[in-house]
Amino acid sequence: MTVESTAARKPRRSSKRTSAAKTPQSSEPQLVQLLTPEGERVEHPDYAIDLSGDELRGLYRDMVLTRRFDAEATALQRQGELGLWASLLGQEAAQIGSGRALRDDDYVFPTYREHGVAWCRGVDPTNLLGMFRGVNHGGWDPTTNNFHLYTIVIGSQTLHATGYAMGVAKDGADSAVIAYFGDGASSQGDVAEAFTFSAVYNAPVVFFCQNNQWAISEPTEKQMRVPLYQRAQGFGFPGVRVDGNDVLACLAVTRSALERARRGEGPTLVEAFTYRMGAHTTSDDPTKYRADEERAAWEAKDPILRLRAYLEKQGLADAAFFTALEEESETLGKRVREVVRAMPDPDRLAIFDHAYADGSPLVDEERAQFAAYQASFAEEGN
Amino acid sequence: MAMEKMSLAKALNESLRKALETDPKVLIMGEDVGKLGGVFRITDGLQKDFGEDRVIDTPLAESGIVGTAIGLALRGYRPVVEIQFDGFVFPAYDQIVTQLAKMHARSLGKIKLPVVVRIPYGGGIGAVEHHSESPEALFAHVAGLKVVSPSNASDAYWMMQQAVQSDDPIIFFEPKRRYWDKGELDTESIPGPLHKAAVAREGSDLTLAAYGPMVKVCLEAAAAAQEEGKSLEVLDLRSMSPIDFDAVQTSVEKTGRLVVVHEAPVFYGSGAEIAARITERCFYHLEAPVLRVGGYHVPYPPARLEDEYLPGLDRVLDAVDRSLAY
Repeated sequence: MTVESTAARKPRRSSKRTSAAKTPQSSEPQLVQLLTPEGERVEHPDYAIDLSGDELRGLYRDMVLTRRFDAEATALQRQGELGLWASLLGQEAAQIGSGRALRDDDYVFPTYREHGVAWCRGVDPTNLLGMFRGVNHGGWDPTTNNFHLYTIVIGSQTLHATGYAMGVAKDGADSAVIAYFGDGASSQGDVAEAFTFSAVYNAPVVFFCQNNQWAISEPTEKQMRVPLYQRAQGFGFPGVRVDGNDVLACLAVTRSALERARRGEGPTLVEAFTYRMGAHTTSDDPTKYRADEERAAWEAKDPILRLRAYLEKQGLADAAFFTALEEESETLGKRVREVVRAMPDPDRLAIFDHAYADGSPLVDEERAQFAAYQASFAEEGN
Repeated sequence: MAMEKMSLAKALNESLRKALETDPKVLIMGEDVGKLGGVFRITDGLQKDFGEDRVIDTPLAESGIVGTAIGLALRGYRPVVEIQFDGFVFPAYDQIVTQLAKMHARSLGKIKLPVVVRIPYGGGIGAVEHHSESPEALFAHVAGLKVVSPSNASDAYWMMQQAVQSDDPIIFFEPKRRYWDKGELDTESIPGPLHKAAVAREGSDLTLAAYGPMVKVCLEAAAAAQEEGKSLEVLDLRSMSPIDFDAVQTSVEKTGRLVVVHEAPVFYGSGAEIAARITERCFYHLEAPVLRVGGYHVPYPPARLEDEYLPGLDRVLDAVDRSLAY
């Protein structure tokens, strides 16, 4: 064991691969891009997209409103209205592009940061805030919008998505399933197992990894030695890296992967190469572990600005459009603020409500004890 | 069907067959459950009759088995998954504790996960490490899970039927050293609710409470004690979560003495919980402190020493004597 690991370490220390691994972007293949950071449309041989002005403006609106909602949630955390918030700032294109590729009958398994995907699924954004305010652990019915509850333990939901997709295939449906996860989660065994199961059963699932470069304070070099999307090959299905800040490319690549799943050709791994512009959550301080210059470089690749540049250059949106959208954003922010502030705490006896579907005598007993204990204060006149 | 004599293993096989026949949403998943019929042959012949689509040989990854079963349950299926051995469940422990147990509550009741996790458990078969453990307390401690273990063929059949129909996730511990024990089974008459204890033998001097593989040991102990003029009642708990404390209370109020017996280590075991609750409920009925007989706080020993580690007839009777001496 010791001999082996020493032998394995030696060449790595001295070889050029070490330095290459530290700067993954330098030696890596091009990612799929259809809209440059400057807002220029470019073509890709494998991924064509042709959207109407309405559709383009729709994507822009989705991203702007999602960012506005996200900013409001961050502010609400700072004001003490939320206990925590996991901002998606910078990842709007990855989420809106992939989210708008979905059909109504497709099913989404998100992490805890998929606020943009939730938006695309029609989940009221205020419903996402209950768990961050601490009034519930997930305040929406997953089956209403085919949008599963947020999964906090990273990577677990990739297996749920795979199982769900196995069920879709058994049912003979042509729906697809999409599992969101991050670069950090890609190190979890569950993700590897999800890749294995989905490949073996040819499950109609798309693994959509938002590689936002940071797993809290750990950069991707701490998670992987080869570009993430290349892992898929070892499991027997295709992997593709897409510019995660390019909403058009994210839409085209996800659409293609979903279609592939629908045709019964099995899973695809999409690695959306993006950047977490903010902190991991509001509890985090990224200035402790990453350089301002890095963030600044990604700011130049902003997903919203590049689509705006394109819309303006093409004359697809005028000042009135942008002004109206700004007003809509402010209205959304105001509504979110009001709803959150009015969100009541649940009844204290609600603790006992859903421990079991078929009930439990133990829970019933403890509920009765707790209720009697609470009632004793009333009797004492407190 | 009239009364039929069959092994506990065969009863489980018949019960799973019946479940597959009754509900097209029931699936069997696990390692080697298909052609081989499982390492203990519990799923023998099921894939042949119900197809690879319903009796599914999975990759060898326990977290993956339970995680995908959760996904299938979300899609409306009722998976019955097999963990090959007790000591192999821990890769799936995260999915079971973090997801399977909590998703119903997380969704405020909107999601139901009718998943049965079958685990052959316990020692006494001369196995290598990780094949003889009794981890039931590790699951019983987790809200959202229900934990049961049959001790005989009839319960194996019926409790599996009830587990498959339950809308809560059930951890179904199968006493592997009793797989080959035969018992009477009536497939037409349900013995009782899943989480109710049963009096396996009536007595008046002391209550032995046990479940799974230890029920037989307790029955043997009661028979031996009878020869010495001691009347022991044997309670088959059947369910470790929830525990039928009412049944234990009723028995202890009659006998005044309780000894809890399980293979699992005594420390933090289900016996501790029973002792605490029964002390609260029956304080003035107890003639002696509640005693526990079980495994020690050591890793499960090599097979040549397992008979020393496992509670046997003599250790149970020793505890009985100590209780009666008060």
